[in-house]
Amino acid sequence: MDKFTTLTGVAAPMPLVNIDTDMIIPKQFLKTIQRSGLGKNLFDEMRYTPDGQEIPDFVLNQPAYRSAQILVAGDNFGCGSSREHAPWALLDFGIRCVISTSFADIFYNNCFKNGILPVVLPQDAVDYLMDDARKGANARITVDLESQTVTASDGRTFAFEVDPFKKHCLLNGLDDIGLTLEKAAAIDAFEAKAATLRPWA
Amino acid sequence: MTAPRTLYDKIWDDHVVHQAEDGTCLLYIDRHLVHEVTSPQAFEGLRMAGRKVRAPEKTIAVPDHNVPTTQGRENPDQMPEESRIQVAALDRNARDFGIHYYPVTDVRQGIVHIVGPEQGWTLPGMTVVCGDSHTATHGAFGALAHGIGTSEVEHVLATQTLIQKKSKNMKVEITGSLRPGVTAKDITLSVIGATGTAGGTGYVIEYCGQAIRELSMEGRMTVCNMAIEGGARAGLIAPDEKTFEYVKGRPHAPKGAKWEAALAYWKTLYTDEGAHFDKVVTIRGEDIAPVVTWGTSPEDVLPITGTVPDPESFTGGKVEAARRSLDYMGLKPGMKLTDIAIDTVFIGSCTNGRIEDLRAAAEILKGRKIKVKRAMVVPGSGLVRAQAEEEGLAQIFIDAGFEWRLAGCSMCLAMNPDQLQPGERCAATSNRNFEGRQGRGGRTHLMSPAMAAAAAITGHLTDVRELMGETV
Repeated sequence: MDKFTTLTGVAAPMPLVNIDTDMIIPKQFLKTIQRSGLGKNLFDEMRYTPDGQEIPDFVLNQPAYRSAQILVAGDNFGCGSSREHAPWALLDFGIRCVISTSFADIFYNNCFKNGILPVVLPQDAVDYLMDDARKGANARITVDLESQTVTASDGRTFAFEVDPFKKHCLLNGLDDIGLTLEKAAAIDAFEAKAATLRPWA
Repeated sequence: MTAPRTLYDKIWDDHVVHQAEDGTCLLYIDRHLVHEVTSPQAFEGLRMAGRKVRAPEKTIAVPDHNVPTTQGRENPDQMPEESRIQVAALDRNARDFGIHYYPVTDVRQGIVHIVGPEQGWTLPGMTVVCGDSHTATHGAFGALAHGIGTSEVEHVLATQTLIQKKSKNMKVEITGSLRPGVTAKDITLSVIGATGTAGGTGYVIEYCGQAIRELSMEGRMTVCNMAIEGGARAGLIAPDEKTFEYVKGRPHAPKGAKWEAALAYWKTLYTDEGAHFDKVVTIRGEDIAPVVTWGTSPEDVLPITGTVPDPESFTGGKVEAARRSLDYMGLKPGMKLTDIAIDTVFIGSCTNGRIEDLRAAAEILKGRKIKVKRAMVVPGSGLVRAQAEEEGLAQIFIDAGFEWRLAGCSMCLAMNPDQLQPGERCAATSNRNFEGRQGRGGRTHLMSPAMAAAAAITGHLTDVRELMGETV
């Protein structure tokens, strides 16, 4: 997993609430057995006509946002299916950070496993950054994980909260499984105890 | 004496392997269910790192999302190449890593969340995970069950644990009894309608109250299944005699002395008097009507007697979302919901693909004919299908004009050939009405099996109570 430290980039505004993982990556693209290559189908049904032509109005098809690295989105982003194909598609497109007032639980966790930082901010801060994002390619937003801040193009700064363990893993690009396997002795001990307490399980 | 604990607190406490100073826990996983769509990259990750599956005896795999539901599907040529590759990958991974497997040719194959309880893999007090958001279903047994992403699937395969922070406790109480024609699906949709799709975010919900106690295990699974649509990590119902009765004698349920020991433990699985809930929602069972969804979010719920709402009646970002929904759904504010014509009826899914669901639909369909263009029943498992045939339900569906399919996820997410065409409108017993969910441009109205059967008979959204001879 790639580290996430700081990121300065173009932010695309997506004010729609409840953007679900079916919108982010429709099911026909879940048939892959790989993690890569999904970026071209990110937001597929919002981004292309049924015959594959780009829909010019869609934000990521607009010249200013074709290389966006940040999304500023409406409430409850990533709701629905647990498909990790959603963060894989975002990452493959080049999105490394999503800012919203709230995220669905599974999507939120999935982001951290893939080097993507989901940032939760209050409504007024998201509104401010949404307006900033609407300025297009001239307005670059900076996200700093170490200091836990988002800075708008005019220098206005917003602080956000993040779980210390998730932050540590993301800053250092750490592999969860490797960390857990260091605790193998504790897992062995738990299994031995559980075999006595709950032998049917 | 320890402080009073909720059911969630108790299950959590019994599965903590390690707790860090910041509260991050390593949680032990008792059952890991696996399907073909969200697991290939996880198994590939294991291979690349030279890791094994730590507890293959606690890992159960079944293909369900991609598989065709038409006859002759054991022939791989029935599947598009990508689906075939994905199912073949699961076949191979199950064999290579030595995990339990129900291939498509096995009568026990079905939707993973129906197979788990049916085979007795899911037991009270367990932790159950799967790379699928509807894992919440298993909470009906008083098991802590939730969906995970593929990276976490790999983590569980390798370590039989998950890195977790504890969620908050939320209580959803349904008091009193349900009125005739009102089902578990109406409960769970009504709760989401009341709390919103993010109302449960950060919480584990415990459903309780008389109306929940009065539900069968099938109904309880329907309620917990859609906890995720309310944003919750998991939904739980305390186990009781109905739970024990359902579990007893299942192939993987404990037997003999182990059964007695398990039963003694399971009877401790309830929320203590005075335990703290961070959020409480109470709904009167008598106030719940048969409901349908009108929009493209599961929170867009109204009683069938209602009318399509005006987007301007909402606030904030929901105004624009409702406008977009009505445009997508081809509806106008003020329309009576019962005037909405239906093209297709889909009965099935992990929400409503169990035997009781098929009985409820068949009850309405008996001796009647469908007026919609097409209607299909997709039983949740091969065993549900066999039982429905034995009870004569299959013949009722066929006589009414329904297609009688083989088990799978089918048109719930439309990864297999069962899909809606653009503009096609479907009365569905599944769990999501998102844009494009059942096929690009397809329009989904969620409802109970009885309500879907009623729509099939009349050709439009219908109050099932009118077909039951009940006064509204």
